[in-house]
Amino acid sequence: MRFNHTYGPLSADVILQTTNLSKRYRKRWAVRNLNLEVHRGDIFGFLGPNGAGKSTTIRMLLSLIKPTAGDVHLFGRSLHTERNHALKSVGGIVEKPDFYLYLSAYRNLEIVGALNGGTSRERILEVLGLVGLGQRVSDTVKTYSHGMKQRLGIAQALLSDPELVVLDEPTNGLDPQGMKEIRDLIHHLSHDRKKTIFLSSHLLNEVELVANRMAIINKGELVTQGEVKKLLDEGEKYVLLRGKPKKKLREVLGKQPYATRIREIDDGFEVAMPFDLVPKLNRALVRNHVEVQAMIPRRSLEDFFLSITENESKA
Amino acid sequence: MIRLIYFELLKTFLKKRTYIGFAIILLIVPLIEIAMKLEGGRFLQATTRSLQQDFFFVGNLFNGWLVSYNMMNSLWVHIPLLVSFVAGDMLAGEATAGTYRLILIRPVSRTRILLSKYVTTVLYTLIFVFFLGALSIGMALPLLGRGDLVVFNRGILILPEADVAWRFIVAYGLAAWMMLTIASLSFFLSSFVENAIGPIVGTMGVLIVSLVVLTIPVELFESIRPYLFMYYTNVWQKVFMDPVPWTAIGNDALVLGGYSAAFLGATWFIFVRKDIVS
Repeated sequence: MRFNHTYGPLSADVILQTTNLSKRYRKRWAVRNLNLEVHRGDIFGFLGPNGAGKSTTIRMLLSLIKPTAGDVHLFGRSLHTERNHALKSVGGIVEKPDFYLYLSAYRNLEIVGALNGGTSRERILEVLGLVGLGQRVSDTVKTYSHGMKQRLGIAQALLSDPELVVLDEPTNGLDPQGMKEIRDLIHHLSHDRKKTIFLSSHLLNEVELVANRMAIINKGELVTQGEVKKLLDEGEKYVLLRGKPKKKLREVLGKQPYATRIREIDDGFEVAMPFDLVPKLNRALVRNHVEVQAMIPRRSLEDFFLSITENESKA
Repeated sequence: MIRLIYFELLKTFLKKRTYIGFAIILLIVPLIEIAMKLEGGRFLQATTRSLQQDFFFVGNLFNGWLVSYNMMNSLWVHIPLLVSFVAGDMLAGEATAGTYRLILIRPVSRTRILLSKYVTTVLYTLIFVFFLGALSIGMALPLLGRGDLVVFNRGILILPEADVAWRFIVAYGLAAWMMLTIASLSFFLSSFVENAIGPIVGTMGVLIVSLVVLTIPVELFESIRPYLFMYYTNVWQKVFMDPVPWTAIGNDALVLGGYSAAFLGATWFIFVRKDIVS
């Protein structure tokens, strides 16, 4: 199954663009002909199962890896020919945030600041405060928990006040509370600080919760790209139904005109129908004395993503 | 660039590993010098036993200068090992810690980052060699006294005390210069790997193989020797010859400088192209 189309305008507001971006390791293509567009103000979800090529792409976006072919344009500047200018307004975390563990958070940010061309003490304290580390600025990073390091990673990404922030799986390894804090921070950065966020993740629901646009990558190739809402709304919507007695359930389903396709599965039925009519179907089933055990709305994109994620974990 | 070097120095000198070499020197140098003091002149007597049948030695020949001169023999293997602890960690240490991902995504060229690291390696090496010299001479002279310096180098040469101090200063300068070549080798090896053990072992491997080729009297090895940088690392010893062979010293120093530049150039070639995949 493929979703070969791109939504959204092509405009001057494109601040990150990859053109046929490709990376090959010996005979294996880690990323192939990737064409992405991130618009100013986007929270752009970059979704794919583990090993899909997300981190390789992010490493190319931040010039840690040289592409085998293609190019990256940041703010209209080629990373290949104008690297330093192109990276001036970009901050990022690549995979897990690593620091000089024997130095304090403040010193670490001082070093990052020096590489950005110099940063004031006030700015360092401001970003540490923003990520909730204001009370731990002098502690060595080796005393930090994983969640604190993750937040320090975001602090260093924000230090130069970049317009584009690239976050590579920032919620990895965090507990639900930590994940929520990072999501809230991303919302804050986008809505209050007007940052453009490029967020990679292997969790569709995480991207759905924060992003307005997204791309899905699998086996190094782009599967689809566009507005999250449109992508999730398009394609077939269906409901997984389980209930007793099964025969009666089938009979009631057959009488509903909006149920356009009914397919029997192991322990119930898969019914293609609009989601807003789910309550109506529920009422009909109850009226006909069907004991409803489960009604799960599903989307084809979600299923598709689940299938490629499951295949990956089996491989 | 100054700011980058400042922070590289800060990172290096706030790391415990940096002080391993200093701690070892602080332990070994006093230990040897105190042992020498307790042994008295037996060390010199043992060394000159064969000559005592033909020569009659007068004056205080077993003194601080002699012990300091002998201490410089640690420059062959021991000091390079300690220097490679830091030089070999310069790039590999960033890979091990994962901090390449922190520093190489900034709007500053890899060349500048590499140069700031190399300058830090140079400064560390100079500080380390001069620390060895200052400690060894600074402790030996008050402890063992002063006097003429006996040098055994294809024969015996006694240098009058008035002619010794400047030779040590120049010798340590040249020792630091040759140690930079070894540090550059470690730095170069450091660009390949993600663990500092590799460059340390690699540097020691090169030194040991070179020393074998240089010391074993085999005709085949003789033709190889001029191509080994270790062939030129005895440059500091030439300062204790009389007359001092300045032309040979200049040539040796030039060759060592060439090797350092070549190692740095090769490191740059690798580093600016390196994919950071760890």
